[in-house]
Amino acid sequence: MMATLRALAEPNRLHIVELLRNGPRPVGHLVRRLRLRQPQVSKHLRVLSEAGLVDVRVDAQRRIYALRPAPLQELEAWLERYRRLWEANYQRLDALLEKMKTKEKNRGRTKR
Amino acid sequence: MKSTGNLQLTTRGDREIVMTRIFDAPRRLVFDAMTKPELVKRWLLGPAGWTMPVCEIDLRVGGAYRYVWRHTNGKEMGMGGIYREIVRQERLVCTELFDAAWYPGESLVTATLAEQGGRTTLTSTILYVSQETRDTVLKSGMERGVAASYDRLAEVLTSQAARGMEKGARSS
Repeated sequence: MMATLRALAEPNRLHIVELLRNGPRPVGHLVRRLRLRQPQVSKHLRVLSEAGLVDVRVDAQRRIYALRPAPLQELEAWLERYRRLWEANYQRLDALLEKMKTKEKNRGRTKR
Repeated sequence: MKSTGNLQLTTRGDREIVMTRIFDAPRRLVFDAMTKPELVKRWLLGPAGWTMPVCEIDLRVGGAYRYVWRHTNGKEMGMGGIYREIVRQERLVCTELFDAAWYPGESLVTATLAEQGGRTTLTSTILYVSQETRDTVLKSGMERGVAASYDRLAEVLTSQAARGMEKGARSS
């Protein structure tokens, strides 16, 4: 999990993951889309690979990278849990704010 | 993927976690709800089963705040800190430290409120003393569940990534 987070904390690597969501892509495609030099892209891909986020296969001289869904699904489930916890707080805050707005409106009307 | 509300979670750099949420109310009300004890107790509770019997707020620079939560099973959890910066209705900066300090050092929480058309965007940024601390918090939050819901620390990863997972690719 921490390896996944660290790997994704870098914007270019996050971008690569997003690009690979459309399906496996050769390195050249990623280099063009990221507008980085190939060695930099390769370095990012190595980090992603070490974190278990991508797989590589060689196809006629080309290195094709593909996402491995497991770590992302794990991360997504985890994030969703915490999003829900905070969202529970914030939904209570929504309800409280509604009451505060109503109260304020009523007070304005009665000029108490 | 099921997503609740419009809460967004992101990391920024190595040491920060950022949460953003929009509320359908002017920011003076949101600010009150965040700084008046009788209001704070009504929403800052985490999962079901918890109440906040202690909520003390000395809202001035250098003033302290203290929160204690209690679960129906008797378990208690406390935290507190000092206000470092206060711009009414706009910006609140405070330190944050849990009694059962399970991560090194206190964190610094910055809340900013931006109002537009009667709606308020609340952005909470939590800055940890180090990347290790943030990661410890995140890791431990993952294992502990309940505790993490209170430290606001809860989360990571960019919301873009989370959104991207649902929708496929993102173009920027």
